[in-house]
Amino acid sequence: MTQNIPERVRKILAQHGRLGSDVAALADTADLYAAGMTSRASVNVMVALETEFNIEFPDAMLRRDVFESVAAISTAVASLHVG
Amino acid sequence: MSDDLGKRAARIGLETAGPFAHDVDTNARFPSEAVAAMRAAGLFAAGVPRPFGGEGARVVALAEACTALGQHCASSAMVLAMHYTQVFSLCEAGARSEPFANYLRKVAAENRLIASVTSEVGPSGDMRSSIAAVETVGERYRLTKKATTLSYGQYADDLLITARRNSDAPANDQVLVLAQAGQYRLQDLGSWNTLGMRGTCSHGCTVHAEGDAWEIVSQPFAEIATQVMTPTSHILWSACWLGIATDAVGKARRVVREKARANPGIMSRSAQRTTEIVATLQRMRHDVMTMAREYDACVERRDPEQLAGISFVLRINNLKLSASRLVVEIVSEAMGICGIAAYKNDSPTSLSRHLRDAFSAALMINNDRIIETNASLLSIHKGD
Repeated sequence: MTQNIPERVRKILAQHGRLGSDVAALADTADLYAAGMTSRASVNVMVALETEFNIEFPDAMLRRDVFESVAAISTAVASLHVG
Repeated sequence: MSDDLGKRAARIGLETAGPFAHDVDTNARFPSEAVAAMRAAGLFAAGVPRPFGGEGARVVALAEACTALGQHCASSAMVLAMHYTQVFSLCEAGARSEPFANYLRKVAAENRLIASVTSEVGPSGDMRSSIAAVETVGERYRLTKKATTLSYGQYADDLLITARRNSDAPANDQVLVLAQAGQYRLQDLGSWNTLGMRGTCSHGCTVHAEGDAWEIVSQPFAEIATQVMTPTSHILWSACWLGIATDAVGKARRVVREKARANPGIMSRSAQRTTEIVATLQRMRHDVMTMAREYDACVERRDPEQLAGISFVLRINNLKLSASRLVVEIVSEAMGICGIAAYKNDSPTSLSRHLRDAFSAALMINNDRIIETNASLLSIHKGD
């Protein structure tokens, strides 16, 4: 289950990230904000991630750097996701 | 030195900004007398950190200065508030880069006035999104931006302009660009014939700037906006509105005292109404100063994470929403208490300018946009 987290994160980003470029073309470590994700879009991504993985991000994790790349998001999700 | 900042601002308000406020408002002209007095008293340098030759005044002290001045001329106070936010926006750049450190020394030594070019003609109206892009060739930059409003742009020494990092960057990948006197020209000035805040002279215009590449701030604007520009502007704007409300309450209290003297022993309805606006004013002052102190504490702790945290963003946004509503509520109530004398434009008790100025508060970054942001943030935030 854990191994496909980045793929599921990418799917969420494609739906809610409003990125200027194709998510599939971005490296795992590419800066999503530099790719056009706005603060508003990032909130939509957070909400969608909570639904997708059935998790709740604690407020301390709701930081810009936690959601800045596919890799960073995947790490955050993995730390909360048990199933 | 910054301990007496509020007193210096109060003196300028009483001696200069106040006496010219009616003329400034009537003719929608720049409060040049008050601004000259602020420059002479070192008010523009007050917010510059000490290592760069300024007074290193904290937001609490700057807020007090804005409130003191706002009691006499809200337009003058707003110019000062906006300038302070620009200075604060460059402090990190000053710490990171020698040319910016030198620039801040120049601001402190010459009491230079900085204006902000964040608005832009276009569909968005969002400060965090730009159409204009910086073009860098070698050691030089070039930038053209059409601003919907540029407060005191014609009267500032220098400008801070937001733009996309380059022509390939997405709308939200923005940088802050400094354009100093002589490096820019303003074109196609629109009009600024508004209901209130007429002295800010916030005409729309096109800015053409050309300067040195070091004048592009390396810290992403997204960080500056969240950690500095939004919180300090909401606190300092609220402090200006607090000044408007304070003067309105002062006028209402004077009217009520005079009535009490004329009719000893009779408690009028207006006296009771005054107790309510005094309490509302107290709440407004508490809100402004609490957020100012909290901001200063975060800066002192070097805690940008706290400033960028959703909880802090929500509270800063709520301060702006609340102060912008309370100023209208307090001034309207004060007008009811003072009666026709407050409704007249030319009486000493007039609250006409106060009320017109107060209505700008909900529109300077439209409250609807802020409510939308808060609603979005609350969809993910769990704590207080």
